[in-house]
Amino acid sequence: MLLIHCPYCEEMREEEEFSPAGQAHIVRPLQPEEISDEQWAHYLFFRKNPRGLHHEMWLHAAGCRKYFNATRNTVTYEIMETYKMGLKPSVTASEEGQS
Amino acid sequence: MSQVNRIAGSSKRINRNRTLTFSFNGKEYKGFEGDTVASALLANGVDVVGRSFKYSRPRGIITSDSQEPNAIFQIGSTQATTIPNPRATQTDLYQGLTASSTNGWPNVDFDLMGTVGKLGGSMMPPGFYYKTFMFPQSLWMSYEHLIRKGAGLGASPQQSDPDSYDKMHHHCDVMIVGGGPAGLAAALSAAQTGARVIISDEQNEFGGSLLCSTQQIDGQHPSQWVEKTVAQLSDMDNVMLLPRSTVFGYYDHNLVGINERRTDHLGEHQLQSTRQRVHKVRAKQVILATGAHERPLVYGNNDVPGCMLANAVSTYINRYDVVPGNQLVLMTTNDNAYKTAIDWHQAGRKVVAIVDTRSTSNGDLVNKVRKLGIDIIFGHGVIDVKGSKRVKGVDVAPINASNHSVTGPAKHFVCDTVASSGGWSPVIHLSSHTGSRPVWNEDIAGFVPGDTVQQQHSCGGLEGVYALSKVISDGFTTGAVAAQAAGKGEGRYAGKSPKTSDPQEDASMALFHIPHSKKTSRAPKQFVDYQNDVTAAGIELANREGFESIEHVKRYTALGFGTDQGKLGNINGMAITAKSLGKTIPETGTTIFRPMYTPTTFGALAGADVKHLFDPARFSAMHKWHLDNGAEFEDVGQWKRPWYFPQPGETMQQSLERECLATRNSVGILDASTLGKIDIQGKDAREFLNRVYTNPWSKLGVGKCRYGVMCKEDGMVFDDGVTVCLDDNRFIMTTTTGGAAGVLQWLELWHQTEWPELEVYFSTVTDHWSTMTISGPNARKVLEKICDIDVSNDSFKYMDWRAATVAGVKARIFRISFTGELSFEINVQANYGMHAWKAVMAAGEEFNITPYGTETMHILRAEKGFIIVGQDTDGSVTPQDLDMDWVVGKKKEFSFIGKRSWTRFDNKRDDRKQMVGLKPKDPKFVLPEGAQIVFEKNQSIPMKMVGHVTSSYYSACMGYSFALAVVKGGISRKGDSVFLPLSDGTTVEAEICSPVFYDPKGDRQNV
Amino acid sequence: MSNSIQVESPLHHAQLEQLIGQSSAGGIVLHEHKLLGHLNLRGNAADAEFLAGVKEALGVALPITPCSSAKSDLAQIMWLAPDEWLIIVASGSEVEIEQKLRTYLTGHFAVSDISGAQTLLELSGKDVIGLMKKSTGYDLHLDSFPVGKVVGTTFAKTGAHILRVSEDRFQLIVRRSFSDYVWLWIQHGSQEYGLTIV
Repeated sequence: MLLIHCPYCEEMREEEEFSPAGQAHIVRPLQPEEISDEQWAHYLFFRKNPRGLHHEMWLHAAGCRKYFNATRNTVTYEIMETYKMGLKPSVTASEEGQS
Repeated sequence: MSQVNRIAGSSKRINRNRTLTFSFNGKEYKGFEGDTVASALLANGVDVVGRSFKYSRPRGIITSDSQEPNAIFQIGSTQATTIPNPRATQTDLYQGLTASSTNGWPNVDFDLMGTVGKLGGSMMPPGFYYKTFMFPQSLWMSYEHLIRKGAGLGASPQQSDPDSYDKMHHHCDVMIVGGGPAGLAAALSAAQTGARVIISDEQNEFGGSLLCSTQQIDGQHPSQWVEKTVAQLSDMDNVMLLPRSTVFGYYDHNLVGINERRTDHLGEHQLQSTRQRVHKVRAKQVILATGAHERPLVYGNNDVPGCMLANAVSTYINRYDVVPGNQLVLMTTNDNAYKTAIDWHQAGRKVVAIVDTRSTSNGDLVNKVRKLGIDIIFGHGVIDVKGSKRVKGVDVAPINASNHSVTGPAKHFVCDTVASSGGWSPVIHLSSHTGSRPVWNEDIAGFVPGDTVQQQHSCGGLEGVYALSKVISDGFTTGAVAAQAAGKGEGRYAGKSPKTSDPQEDASMALFHIPHSKKTSRAPKQFVDYQNDVTAAGIELANREGFESIEHVKRYTALGFGTDQGKLGNINGMAITAKSLGKTIPETGTTIFRPMYTPTTFGALAGADVKHLFDPARFSAMHKWHLDNGAEFEDVGQWKRPWYFPQPGETMQQSLERECLATRNSVGILDASTLGKIDIQGKDAREFLNRVYTNPWSKLGVGKCRYGVMCKEDGMVFDDGVTVCLDDNRFIMTTTTGGAAGVLQWLELWHQTEWPELEVYFSTVTDHWSTMTISGPNARKVLEKICDIDVSNDSFKYMDWRAATVAGVKARIFRISFTGELSFEINVQANYGMHAWKAVMAAGEEFNITPYGTETMHILRAEKGFIIVGQDTDGSVTPQDLDMDWVVGKKKEFSFIGKRSWTRFDNKRDDRKQMVGLKPKDPKFVLPEGAQIVFEKNQSIPMKMVGHVTSSYYSACMGYSFALAVVKGGISRKGDSVFLPLSDGTTVEAEICSPVFYDPKGDRQNV
Repeated sequence: MSNSIQVESPLHHAQLEQLIGQSSAGGIVLHEHKLLGHLNLRGNAADAEFLAGVKEALGVALPITPCSSAKSDLAQIMWLAPDEWLIIVASGSEVEIEQKLRTYLTGHFAVSDISGAQTLLELSGKDVIGLMKKSTGYDLHLDSFPVGKVVGTTFAKTGAHILRVSEDRFQLIVRRSFSDYVWLWIQHGSQEYGLTIV
């Protein structure tokens, strides 16, 4: 069970208050009709599954009902940071020397 | 006869004033308060306590702690209170305790399977299970029957557990696991900084190794220091002490799972009390002070009852005043175990010899033994044990450890007890739980905790620090350092360390497996893992067969499996593997220890979340009325919804027919409060609806309602419902009962991540409203009796909503219909729900208003071809598949969610499964829901399946049975026959038709 | 007509009134503050006009620090999220207060009357921490959960907003449909301490 910092409640909370919400920073194409099926499929279905740092969304379901982002190590389960929706991560794989 | 091995000692750990009677395998024995079942059995001279797992050999008690592989019992006197597999060494004795061996069949002293050669033995080499799987399955089945019966892993209770369990959450600065000298010192030092401290220990009292030690602290018996320290800790408000509490798991982000056994030591089933409590501790810092387990040596027939760990023998003598034999042979690789010979000697029993594998030693303890006149044989090992149900003697021979050989003839000694010590293994299990790899420490010939991502410290025996004075000072230091890491104190222990003088010890020998004059494969069985009957020869065989990774050896031989989790045998097994492969131990590595550290009852893990608390049940404000009126209930998500309202003597089908006909012919009433309701406010609310629904919302006027379908981005339907326009910037969206929470999260997801610029807020108001739907030709007549507005068709049209007063209560009435009849959905604030419901019932009495449940609702809507998301759809169905293209906006500016995916190749296929109606050829036959559909009746199996039935009922209104189904290309196949091969072997025929069976023009809802 | 209107709180069926005085020595004390007015308010905490409007309407500044609360004669306000607050007002005044908010507020905001959607349970007593520790994973130590703080968290297998009223007194906002479950849970968790209804 993880301990997760909610950037909106501004404190650590137990994992059971949260729901995972998948990979972060996926942007919906602005003109869906203008792109190919392949590009659309990429947006719809293709997700990263890294061994190491992963940027993912969580929902503080039992708390403030806000979605936010987390940078989590998928091997050690360490959470390096959580940050509000719309912000960029400060810890990224390249900085950690991982791919 | 009674307690033959109990000596007139002076231990304060047992209370001789309180004699307890207990039974083991049907015989009655006596022990004292403070005894474990194991110490009491040894006091009574009971040698054989079980039969081994595979070979069915008689087994005795080997250890005094959580390592015990043999004395694993079935405890409890009834089918409700019986517990499989507690260790006798960890079970406190109580008056009337009933225990039996788990793995003796038919009993431990005379084992039928043992005499005929239990299925196993030579027939069951390592890898038996794997090899057997290669044989035809029929053969495996016949083996399995016997193996299961003989293997004896305990019996589950056959009746419901009468005990109560619960869980508690805690937070602390420093959590200390282990209440021995290191843990107690760490707790004291951490607590003195003001840190919030929790210390737990699996034993019945704190003290750990000091409970059986004779080494003085500050010139006094060690128990004095323990008492004083525990008293100090108890006086501090910031300290929580948890004895009888096993840390079973160490989880991510410093979460520690503890099972506190609160009443197990008092007897079976205590009323009004929690038997076991799981504590979930979230700690800023964790100190592991789990100490070390003594390691046995591996030698021939080392499982004969009477073969024990040296330290266990000392524990029984010093803590329980029990000497488990008369004539001792001690085999050791180190000075430390000489204590056992001294204890045995001082207890007045004979030490036959000390067999030391080293060439010599001049440590303090060795010299003390020399002075006592005890015979020490250096450079030798016990290579074989004689006896079957009790040790009768040993063969001792000179050995050469470096080339693993016996270098001379063996000499026989008569004895009844063999104590062995191969040194100590730090208890690294918990530190391994989160994936930390242990590191081999050559100095102590053992693994210690490796790098970890946890906020974790370790001290004392776990770090390979064994001298008592160093253990205590290590505890003090670690406690202060951990507290500082948690933000408390200066990182130094300010108090004074107690004085204790450690005996000088000579170097020990890293030896695990005693050679025999024969090759290992031919030598008498040398057990490594007693619980799983893994021998040195078995491990070598696994290595020869190509299993070189220690994880593979584990799975092939079962080394370290089961409840044992590699406590007694793992290091020896790894050492034997390493030697057999010509590698070092660190090269071979360890297997990973997993939770639970020791078995934990299911009751403890379930806690209070059982029976009516297993899953929350949600109720509407009218639930009491439904109960009083005989409703049967259906689970819809967590809601309990009325399913149907049987009248006395009615079958379910009769109730449904009555409810359907009453609604179609007069008026029915449904509790629809469980539908999700979301209050949507803001100037961009309309635009937001346009983006998440498939149909357009720009022109929906105030006072109007509209049905909408919601898709996921892949184009598949995931919810539907009616949304009403309260005013230009405000809408109430209704969702399916099961989809309510998911839809709100879905809206929030899009708003928070993609379109934060849209000015709109969503709030759930599901629980605020009680909703009752009155439906049927007389619905208006009922409503107008209790309502203050004009509800005529001219002023209150189909798909309008009106604010009104109903039965004196403010209400919103939606004129929408899920039955196809004239319907009004009355919404009132839920605190008035029961009042309004009763008023409607009273007003409807003259029309025989009939309450109906979810089943009648399902029938009535299916007659109209209205879908239920999740029943008629399954996440792979588009609106087009449902023949609902009318709900798709063609001119919407924004590319709403799901739209783009409909033009994907796969979603444009003509042969997609499409929603249709089915009329069975036999009008009385109700097709089973889920039945598969084929086009050709006569096909070989596997048939080509082209769809399935999603909803199917008998319609009392129409007088025939009907179904909704999805069929490949079904929309263009109306009029065709299809076939449904059923599970009973018959095949029925049905005709594809329109899914709208009743009132296809929709006249009835518009009256 | 209005005289005969029957109003029922979410725990009406539990008939708590009949349990009052049945046991006086319980370590857990439970009281249902039933039928209060509950309003859900949404708005932008960075919008000075919005904040000023709320203050004017309710007589107290909106608590904008995460997990804080505020109180006036008119209302108790709990922070639920950066843009969401729960306003608890006297029974029956919710319509008037909602109207007042709509009068004073301009721009982008939302108010929803949710008085029927939830109830307010107050737990106190000398063993209240024990019961709370069984029910929520949130750290109840005064350093992390001081008086006046409100947290949205899990309560057994449902959720609740919990306000600490004093050292040994908590108010729980519980959803109507889950209130029976919470009532059962409190009874079970209180067994070892004794439960008094007031």
